[in-house]
Amino acid sequence: MTAPSPSRVTVVGASAAGLSVAEALRRDGYTGRLTLIGDEPHLPYDRPPLSKQLLSGAWDADRLRLRSAEALDALGLDLRLGAAAVALDTGAGEVALADGSRVGYDALVVATGAAARRLPGTDGVAGVYVLRTVEDALGLREELRPGRRLVIVGAGFVGAEAAAVARELGAEVTMVTDAAVPLADALGPDLGAMLSQVHVEHGVRIIPGVLVDAVLTEDGRATGVRLADGRTVEADAVLVGIGARPNTGWLAASGVPVGDGVECDATLHAGAGVWAAGDVASWPHPRTGQRTRIEHRANATEQGLAVALNILAGPEHATPFDPVPYVWSDQYDLKIQIYGQLRGCDRVRIVEGSLAERRLTALHGRDGRVCAVVGVNMPRATRTYRPLVAEQAAWPSAADLDPALSAGPAPSARPAPSAGPALGAGPATSGRNA
Amino acid sequence: MKISVDVDKCCGAGQCVLAAPDVFDQRDDDGIVILLDATAPADQHDNVRKAAAVCPAAAIEVRQ
Ligand SMILES: Cc1cc2nc3c(=O)[nH]c(=O)nc-3n(C[C@H](O)[C@H](O)[C@H](O)COP(=O)(O)OP(=O)(O)OC[C@H]3O[C@@H](n4cnc5c(N)ncnc54)[C@H](O)[C@@H]3O)c2cc1C
Ligand SMILES: NC(=O)c1ccc[n+]([C@@H]2O[C@H](COP(=O)([O-])OP(=O)(O)OC[C@H]3O[C@@H](n4cnc5c(N)ncnc54)[C@H](O)[C@@H]3O)[C@@H](O)[C@H]2O)c1
Ligand code: SF4
Repeated sequence: MTAPSPSRVTVVGASAAGLSVAEALRRDGYTGRLTLIGDEPHLPYDRPPLSKQLLSGAWDADRLRLRSAEALDALGLDLRLGAAAVALDTGAGEVALADGSRVGYDALVVATGAAARRLPGTDGVAGVYVLRTVEDALGLREELRPGRRLVIVGAGFVGAEAAAVARELGAEVTMVTDAAVPLADALGPDLGAMLSQVHVEHGVRIIPGVLVDAVLTEDGRATGVRLADGRTVEADAVLVGIGARPNTGWLAASGVPVGDGVECDATLHAGAGVWAAGDVASWPHPRTGQRTRIEHRANATEQGLAVALNILAGPEHATPFDPVPYVWSDQYDLKIQIYGQLRGCDRVRIVEGSLAERRLTALHGRDGRVCAVVGVNMPRATRTYRPLVAEQAAWPSAADLDPALSAGPAPSARPAPSAGPALGAGPATSGRNA
Repeated sequence: MKISVDVDKCCGAGQCVLAAPDVFDQRDDDGIVILLDATAPADQHDNVRKAAAVCPAAAIEVRQ
């Protein structure tokens, strides 16, 4: 049986992924009903600037808008903002909203993203922040001024980027992480050590290798944090950047397969006309065969495009989603870019630049093949290595590359964190991202 | 077609260059987008729309 092409598509989650689905459907000729439901009261906005230009005050919130009001109008959407989906009835083909209304669909897209993880017992405590929404960023911004002491819990993307902005605004920053170096998962030990050094040079105090147990409070306001080893760190404000959890609670009774995110097939279909895109979606990556969930901006858009095409093609003609993942991060004057995934990588080679210059392109490999390329302050050069990642090219022998650039640890003022002729490998088993 | 880019928003992803190499390039030093052709010939319009769609910084605007 071939499913008739849908005449009513409903998308839940009105941010990068959801908007991408809606735009791509219209661009590809879909003229049916299109409902976009989002629980935030704002027009769709972008999150990467939250920990960068919005936090620093360089931009105001209006600049975060993903599309102008006119561009949104032109999509002919039934746009429901400030409307949370609370349940899904796949039998009836309906989404239930918090206000009691129901919205039908032939095809449903789950694009509800992820929410920041919090430390237990911190709800309602003044001075404790996460960084996921425009309100979060504007609240935290108030705390960042000279002399204010900020403790950042976690040295992932949120922690590292916020630390850079907080220092630029003059706050005193202490970063506590259970890992050995910032962004250990995403960058591996050597690049992580370089990044660590950059943060230290900018005056960030890093306390590595220990978990934060709890936020200390006095009269309902944060006064610091307690570490797992019993030490305490005093603070005027605490930013918790310990990862994100996919927003799947509203699917609990729906029968849609949910594990770490919505568990889709390779085409991003979760069955019964339900699709998923963005931070919330997990799918078996065709190249690695591993169930993968990616929490990065470019992925949200690309999965949105893929889902739109697959909805129009119908489940039987849908094609697998087979991306070269891409992520970037800006910290101080460093621009970091990653194509591919470092997960499980077992070798690294700097092919241009060096750690000492803080300007480099590094190939990462797994099982004798190129799996990722990481660039620091070399965006254009780094992109030229992307095809090696896309083709999963055989790991190049040193002779294939300029020998001056590919051999040995780069000259460096400090001892390289891993001795030996090659750079240390990246994370053996990193988290779901990277 | 009228294309504009917001270089302040551009994060140097180069996704636009991959989608429409005849219309976009990147600066060598910081990777910021260079608009090679602000009108783009008709045979490039699909690529340009694709580029605007995939740009992760929403930095490319296309008007008919
Ligand atoms: C501070 C910050 C900085 C970042 N910087 C970068 C960066 O530099 N580079 C990079 O590659 N990535 C970055 N990211 C990651 C990137 O922003 C995300 O991958 C992207 O936002 C994912 O888009 P999404 O649409 O899947 O999910 P989200 O952006 O999480 O959007 C989901 C939307 O759905 C809504 N929603 C949730 N549940 C419901 C419900 N039940 N009913 C209705 N609506 C609901 C949410 O409120 C939200 O509006 C950053 C993220 C953050 C938080
Ligand atoms: N440039 C970017 O791509 C970018 C920037 C900001 C945010 N984001 C996204 O936003 C989301 C949240 O970012 P994030 O940085 O919170 O998550 P993350 O997963 O990048 O990092 C979380 C970090 O917290 C550490 N941690 C966990 N529990 C801890 C504890 N109790 N004490 C101390 N450290 C602890 C982990 O080891 C990890 O290093 C992610 O999806 C991320 O990809 C991306
Ligand atoms: S895709 Fe967007 S962010 Fe990337 S280089 Fe092009 S304009 Fe800049």
